[in-house]
Amino acid sequence: MNEHIVKSYEDELSQLAAEVARMGGLAEAQVASAVDAVARRDVALSEAVVGRDERLDLLEADIEKRCIKLIALRQPLANDLRRTLSAIKIAGNLERCGDLAKSIAKRALVLTETEPVTPLTRSIERMGKLVTSRLRDVLDAYSTGDLNRAVAVWQRDQEVDEHYNSLFRELLTYMMGDPRTITPCAHLLFVAKNLERIGDHATNIAEIIHYELTGEPLSAPRPKGAAL
Amino acid sequence: MTTSHVTLAHAEALPDSAPIKVSARGVNVFYGEKQALHEVSIDCPDGAVTALIGPSGCGKSTFLRCINRMNDTIPGARVEGVITIDGENVNDRSLDPVLLRSRVGMVFQKPNPFPKSIFDNVAYGPKIHGFATSKTDLEGIVESSLKKAGLWKEVADRLHQPGTGLSGGQQQRLVIARAIAVNPEVILMDEPCSALDPIATAKIEELMDELREQFCIVIVTHSMAQAARVSQRTAFFHLGKLVESGPTEMIFTNPTDPRTQDYITGRSG
Repeated sequence: MNEHIVKSYEDELSQLAAEVARMGGLAEAQVASAVDAVARRDVALSEAVVGRDERLDLLEADIEKRCIKLIALRQPLANDLRRTLSAIKIAGNLERCGDLAKSIAKRALVLTETEPVTPLTRSIERMGKLVTSRLRDVLDAYSTGDLNRAVAVWQRDQEVDEHYNSLFRELLTYMMGDPRTITPCAHLLFVAKNLERIGDHATNIAEIIHYELTGEPLSAPRPKGAAL
Repeated sequence: MTTSHVTLAHAEALPDSAPIKVSARGVNVFYGEKQALHEVSIDCPDGAVTALIGPSGCGKSTFLRCINRMNDTIPGARVEGVITIDGENVNDRSLDPVLLRSRVGMVFQKPNPFPKSIFDNVAYGPKIHGFATSKTDLEGIVESSLKKAGLWKEVADRLHQPGTGLSGGQQQRLVIARAIAVNPEVILMDEPCSALDPIATAKIEELMDELREQFCIVIVTHSMAQAARVSQRTAFFHLGKLVESGPTEMIFTNPTDPRTQDYITGRSG
């Protein structure tokens, strides 16, 4: 793509994209750490995740401010307009991912006070790895403007749903088998639900990238797992 | 908020079925040896504003001037191809260009009222074309034209003062009133707001939005924002060629041609 004639405009747009990528990196790290905190029953890590969430809120506010300034002062059009809008929308999705990671970290704290249910924790860890890798893939697709990679993330949402459904059944079996595990299992169920939602945000981001790059919504029916 | 926006929330998408008023096919224009337009084919629907955009010298004003045969007045200018209004070829030898120009009004960049009174500026066209049979008739045409141009309230008590004494924005609305007084079908505007402040511009844009229901309006503008605000269809010209035309919303959010994209987003192509 050709460069803007006004160089400072070009700079502002690239800085905006860089800021979104930075926020993405932080959100991804928050999710990974929160899952780690659950798996390792790590109090310090849980507290660190909870404490760092504010940085995502600040980054989102900063991105929103930059977008408003761009729209007011530069009146972006066509692909520039789409870039600006997608930045603000992706930032919103990442902020939600951060909130969900924080909620997982808070549950990790509670879980350290209950009896460990190791096999379940392993399942959560696997689901966490899957969701984190989807978030990473979609953010890489954003940074590199790689449409195919974004669409691939979008098409694979089913895997996360399936993981969630099987975890749900696993948790039910545990709780029915031994009522003493109900408290940790209920918390793990929320952790799994939060991970599933983070997966949905990754899918949203893939859709936003598709619109940014092509100007068209991603409209084909998406493969979906059975809802619970 | 107590004040309302001067310009109407604009430009709902135009139905595809809108009747075509002005149609051009394979239009070439030469100024002597130099070819200014290459094979331009475009349709301008009735009841809508079509914006022509593009860098200086791209041929958009040349194309605009083909529609009412203003290029006839330029020595050495030659027009090939077909331009029709309601299916009638404007370059037909039997067509009187003076009559054509009463059907196709034109507004220029700089307001050009006659050095006459406000009343006479508007009455001039209907008088020479014999549209008014009596003085009352003529007064009626002047009043309704000034009302349509949104100028009546401002000038009703000084109709016999010189038109050149009005502000720039008022003068521009005066020449629009003068154009619509002869009941045209098409109104051409060549950068009608480039010499006006934002409020006067907004008034002209609001006027265009009202007038487009009755006319086919074609506007040349250098302001991307104006094209986006006032038009339902946009055509992008580059180096004498029509690169792309389509619904305005599409051109400004997702243009097809990279040259259009570069131009509207301010990139050097």
